[in-house]
Amino acid sequence: MLEGLLRRPLTESAPKVADEDIAQLGKLFEDTLYRHLGRSLSIRMVDAGSCNGCEMEVNALSNPYYDLERFGLHFVASPRHADVLMVSGPVTRNMVEALKRTHDAMPEPKWVVAIGDCARDGGCFAGSYAVAGGVEAVLKVDLHISGCPPNPIQLLQGLQALVHQSAMDGEVA
Amino acid sequence: MPDILEMVSVGAEEFRSGPMPVSPVSPKLWQQAAGDLARGQLTLLGLWADRGSVRMALFNSTTGKVGVLRTNARRGAFPSVGALHAPAQRLERSVQDLYGHVPEGATDARPWLDHGAWEVSHPLGKAEKAGETASYDFLPVEGESLHQVAVGPVHAGVIEPGHFRFTVQGETVVRLEQRFGYTHKGTDSLMTNAPVERGAKLAGRTSGDSTVAYAWAFAQAVEAALGATVPVRALWLRALMAELERLANHLGDIGAICNDAAFAMMLAQCSVLRERVLRACDGSFGHRMMRDCVTPGGVARDLDGTGRQMLLDLVADIRGTFPSLVALYDQTASLLDRTTGTGIVTPALAARFGAGGFVGRASGRDFDARRDLPYAPYDQLRFEVPCHAEGDVNARILIRMAEVEQSLSLITQILRQLPEGDLLAELPVAGEPREGLGLVEGFRGDILIFVSLDAKGRLANCHMRDPSWFQWPLLEAAIEGNIIADFPLCNKSFNCSYSGQDR
Repeated sequence: MLEGLLRRPLTESAPKVADEDIAQLGKLFEDTLYRHLGRSLSIRMVDAGSCNGCEMEVNALSNPYYDLERFGLHFVASPRHADVLMVSGPVTRNMVEALKRTHDAMPEPKWVVAIGDCARDGGCFAGSYAVAGGVEAVLKVDLHISGCPPNPIQLLQGLQALVHQSAMDGEVA
Repeated sequence: MPDILEMVSVGAEEFRSGPMPVSPVSPKLWQQAAGDLARGQLTLLGLWADRGSVRMALFNSTTGKVGVLRTNARRGAFPSVGALHAPAQRLERSVQDLYGHVPEGATDARPWLDHGAWEVSHPLGKAEKAGETASYDFLPVEGESLHQVAVGPVHAGVIEPGHFRFTVQGETVVRLEQRFGYTHKGTDSLMTNAPVERGAKLAGRTSGDSTVAYAWAFAQAVEAALGATVPVRALWLRALMAELERLANHLGDIGAICNDAAFAMMLAQCSVLRERVLRACDGSFGHRMMRDCVTPGGVARDLDGTGRQMLLDLVADIRGTFPSLVALYDQTASLLDRTTGTGIVTPALAARFGAGGFVGRASGRDFDARRDLPYAPYDQLRFEVPCHAEGDVNARILIRMAEVEQSLSLITQILRQLPEGDLLAELPVAGEPREGLGLVEGFRGDILIFVSLDAKGRLANCHMRDPSWFQWPLLEAAIEGNIIADFPLCNKSFNCSYSGQDR
């Protein structure tokens, strides 16, 4: 089996970071994160009712093109390990309780990042009996990243802005 | 007495070019149809309601014809189909939650979408202020040394919310019971009285990973209802986008399934290919997921020479890389050991539930809407529909690998033969209420959309049935007797949509 793995490596090695803007973003991340957070920001993602478009782009952040962990950002399974709660979707009434509880389970300091147009104000689902609204209807939002869905670059840029903002606020020393 | 089988007599060429006829039936005939479903003479394609009636769409796999029945629910009830035919149960529970029509004789009276968090009950029927919330009772389990594991709605990974209640004996799953509805957004209510353009936007956001397929199914339903003629080039571009969507999803999921069997290398390699597909879509159609590109009457984006070359390069790239990934999968014994014989869905169950997509085709249900209820341009393209009978995780992966190759071939054919012409036709005004059926093979399976338009051409009612409705229940069966640690693997091999089911 081992031989099978070694004999036929995949035709192409995983791609190097090619796009200049990704590289540039990475540099920014390194600067701010090194300075303020000791290069670690743990993110807990909650889908509060999205169509799953946002989740696909969040998942793309972990692919070899974007490789989120290079920047000290990583997704964690438990809210107890998280610094950032990333929330997608219009918040459905059926998810309000679960979203609140996830946020409550996170230690301080913590930030909330709402992603996608629906997370701002409910988007095209606003006004339905089943939708509470955007994330702001339930939690205080520190940053909103728009897009339907926001693409991975927009997500990276937004997270970078958050790190900057938190540092300015003096919430993180 | 009229025969139900005679009512299921509408051919693809008929409902794809004009309004869908609906047969009004008595409660007695409705029950007879339920019996035909239970005997396996017909396949359930969908069951939904409006304020005064309940409808079901049926498929006869022998004749290849479909039919829609409607029974009166004005007195607040209709005979339960789910009592005889389990695949209808969750659909009926949803009808009761949304409209208040009671399925008489149903074996499961618990709510499905309504978790007691809405301010109104029966929001689409005679809406009333919601009363006290009753607790949700999971099915009772009796036996020695059993314990329960509750998972969700918030999961460990970046996935959609849903609840899984496992009953396990040691490591072995004795029963899984799902509870969904967490992402219910009330889309049906937002569709009511909405202009067609808004409906298209909502349809494209029902299950984000299938935005092209949903937008196409919605467009089909509206165009059929109005008898609209869509420019040929638009139809071909729709198929091109649909195949790119299928390709991106299959590639991403093949990697993700292997990752759940601790083979991260496939995830890395497949996610690189998936990313390249998304970038090519962005380059050629202006959006990574091609959202809002398919619109009633045609398409909103054209493909230019640069985009065409980008897609040709993409196909060449994947053709060069993907076979070695298939070989890697085939040659990795430890990986095959996890996927082979795991999470089996029997052909009998897949047939009974009318499971679409790779879940059905991995369990011997040889159905693909592109071939069996054909729509343009697939009637002019060459492709094969892979089918296996084993029904395990391995079979589902093999189907998807084969479908990657088919989609590559289809994309090439479309790029070679893409006709010139207009992109968008204006929708005719019917001046009377019309109904239409759309059925599109998304990557996950057949998506059914049924629209009722009023005389002004606005949406009076729209029902969207995700393929997941008939796949999720099979996951409950597939995991039985497997170890609980294999659940993520089995779940990913199904990759059903939460949002598509919840709407």
